[in-house]
Amino acid sequence: MTTAVNSELSARLRGFRRVQRLAYECAEAVAARLEPGVTERQAARMQREWLRERGVRDWFHLPFAWFGDRTAFTGFRIPLQFFPTDRRLEPGMPFILDMAPVYEGHTADIGYSGSLGANPVQDRLMADLEAHRELILREVRERRSLREIYQDVDRLMVRQGYANRHRAYPFGVIAHKVDRVEQRRWSPRVFGFGTQSLKGLAADALHGHREGWSPLWSPYRFSDHPPQPGLWAVEPHLGFRGTGAKFEEILVVTDSADPEQSAFWLDDDLPHVRRWAEER
Amino acid sequence: MTLLKGTRERRVRTGGVELCVAELGDPSQPTVVLVHGYPDSKEVWTEVASRLADRFHVVLYDVRGHGRSTAPRPLRGGFTLEKLTDDFLAVVDAVSPDRPVHLVGHDWGSVQSWEFVTVARTEGRIASFTSMSGPSLDHFGHWIAGRLKRPTPRRAGQLLGQGAKSWYVYALHTPVLPELAWRGPLGKLWPRFLERAEKVPSDGYPTSSLPTDAAHGTWLYRDNVRARLRRPRADAYAHAPVQLITPLGDAFLSERLYDDLERWVPRLTRRTLPAKHWIPRSRPDQLSAWITEFVTSVEGGRTVVKAPGKHADRFGGQLVLVTGAGSGIGRATAFAFAEAGARVVAVDRDAEAAARTAELSRLVGAPEAWAETVDVSDEQAMEKLADKVAAEYGVVDVLVNNAGIGLGGSFFDTTPEDWRKVLDVNLWGVIHGCRLFGKQMAERGQGGHIVNTASAAAYQPSKALSAYGTSKAAVLMLSECLRAELAGQGIGVSAICPGFVNTNITSTARFAGVGADEEKRRQKRTARLYGLRNYPPEKVADAILRAVVRNQAVVPVTPEARGAHLMSRLTPRALRAIARLEPPL
Repeated sequence: MTTAVNSELSARLRGFRRVQRLAYECAEAVAARLEPGVTERQAARMQREWLRERGVRDWFHLPFAWFGDRTAFTGFRIPLQFFPTDRRLEPGMPFILDMAPVYEGHTADIGYSGSLGANPVQDRLMADLEAHRELILREVRERRSLREIYQDVDRLMVRQGYANRHRAYPFGVIAHKVDRVEQRRWSPRVFGFGTQSLKGLAADALHGHREGWSPLWSPYRFSDHPPQPGLWAVEPHLGFRGTGAKFEEILVVTDSADPEQSAFWLDDDLPHVRRWAEER
Repeated sequence: MTLLKGTRERRVRTGGVELCVAELGDPSQPTVVLVHGYPDSKEVWTEVASRLADRFHVVLYDVRGHGRSTAPRPLRGGFTLEKLTDDFLAVVDAVSPDRPVHLVGHDWGSVQSWEFVTVARTEGRIASFTSMSGPSLDHFGHWIAGRLKRPTPRRAGQLLGQGAKSWYVYALHTPVLPELAWRGPLGKLWPRFLERAEKVPSDGYPTSSLPTDAAHGTWLYRDNVRARLRRPRADAYAHAPVQLITPLGDAFLSERLYDDLERWVPRLTRRTLPAKHWIPRSRPDQLSAWITEFVTSVEGGRTVVKAPGKHADRFGGQLVLVTGAGSGIGRATAFAFAEAGARVVAVDRDAEAAARTAELSRLVGAPEAWAETVDVSDEQAMEKLADKVAAEYGVVDVLVNNAGIGLGGSFFDTTPEDWRKVLDVNLWGVIHGCRLFGKQMAERGQGGHIVNTASAAAYQPSKALSAYGTSKAAVLMLSECLRAELAGQGIGVSAICPGFVNTNITSTARFAGVGADEEKRRQKRTARLYGLRNYPPEKVADAILRAVVRNQAVVPVTPEARGAHLMSRLTPRALRAIARLEPPL
């Protein structure tokens, strides 16, 4: 793995890495406890409780859980449909857990795909996501415009035979910026999103608007700029005939001239990356 | 007509009659017992039995009073379902004393098999039952009673419909006359009637015993129908997994009869096929494939065969070939058929894309899928493909001629080379497909379906699409003509006319009369417009499956295509005005 340029940066990153690992541990722990009959609401609550017990007090967004064809956002028209429902898990069903805890002022935003028992379609989707992780990193290092990278990811998905499902997210984003969040005693949430985090995002959006960049990595014109240094939570989401799969993790973008140092994944020791390594 | 070579015959005595039992195939394999209907003898199964004999121990017998089995004396009261069950058990004990058998029944063979599979004394002797065109009289009785008790308009209509289809049952209850008719003119005319009305091949069947079979068989009706329909058994639950094959063009039985069947059969696999009543003779390939699949899967412990997708009852196990399956509508169509359990041949000139489609098809439910790399405009390559497919995978049941390329620009900018290219792929590709695979279908004589992807541009003129529109209009007319020609052979032809569908046809389309840079720009611009329109190819694929199921002639897909189709008939002048508009490129 590429290490950060200087110790100051790596100290900052350590906090993010810790919370990202914590979130993935939570996803694995909750996934192991899922059984037939568990509802999305229960799965979301399990994630929330697991993280609260370990000191998480604020959220970028509250945990989501999607089961069955909701992993591919089938028939989603309004954002409210992202929220957990009473759909029950059945054997063989795919699921996605998505959470964004804030821990000691550091934000993580992760997505974990799995299935209850074997699901060959989702296995295939997950295996094919590896190419997207490589493509995104390579093109960010080349300093391509984010909009172009988005389109290249889109083309790769089409070639693979899949549908782009991150398009369903608000603004169709494949990624968004995350940052440190000030810890307040009280942080209310609006539609599942922490107000402190939203404030940070809004501030970024304002800065970006003046400087010609956006904290949202979308297919639209406002993302037609080279990668902005900072931390990006990248979440390519594939859908294929009622089955969806995604990963979400933090990509670090710096202003270093060395391509290796200009962009790297915050952590390479994550469940999906380990899985790809095992399969090789 | 006689059964095949290698048939072993024996005679089984039971309850005062002697049954003629024929056996084919290796007795150590699972036993499949075929029971014939009315007015038939076991020879009705010849084609099916010969196809099953390499895999199974196939047993056929003449029902009492039919073929070379003797008739009970007196006839009245000699054909009750109880006695037919005795016969069945005697046959099974003789041919497969240790293992339960897989039962297959057609028409009255199915009616009596329902009795076998729902009475307690056969429990453990039947491993599975495949039913075609013959309901359980008990289920039928409950079906009628339920509709009489609560005759909503729809249910009353179903009752009247089946009531009209059952005219011959009433006729057979008149004394003596049916026997006289069968032994007289009806017996002589029957083979010709079957060929003309039921579209069965003329292959020497029915046998010479037809008049006696049919005369004796009238007692099947007289001994059972009234008694069972009036007082149906309340415990007629199937104790074995059942595969129900429903021919949709059956003149004697409504498909609605099986609406509540799940109530009686917990392990039910449904199949439908567009054919008339005598499917053992008109569709032996499909039947033997379904019987093989079902028996094999029951032997393997899987008692219900069901693909996850829509129309699985229709396309399960069928061979579907899709050209241009490497992307867009073709790929989505391959996946939709795969989800319905069809075996898929994905043809594309891009080998990698075709392979990918085949691979994902297997993942979503196709029992088998293959990729073939062929340019549809290449006559020799298509001929080779047709030979290979026929030799290795079988005769195609559904052919989707979908491969096509886009070409825009003014007529005078379109070079002869451009013309040749677009006609070669869009029109000649379809011609080759229909010519080669359609011929195989027609020669097999067991039906099939051809889908050609035309376009809304086939009836919506445009100043910017002269070449493309011409090629697609030709495809539309070709489909209509072919539909007329093949209608008599049970082969349907559909033309699909999609409007703006979000596929990569836009990024590979050629724009005549502009430089390379401008062409790139226009490709990007159209791709963006189509992306904004964002009509998914999956919906076109659904329309294609629906078109095959309903045998639709011309199917416009997307609202704009439907609108233009309507306008082409009602207000063609308005359509011509639209044709003059400059496309926003």
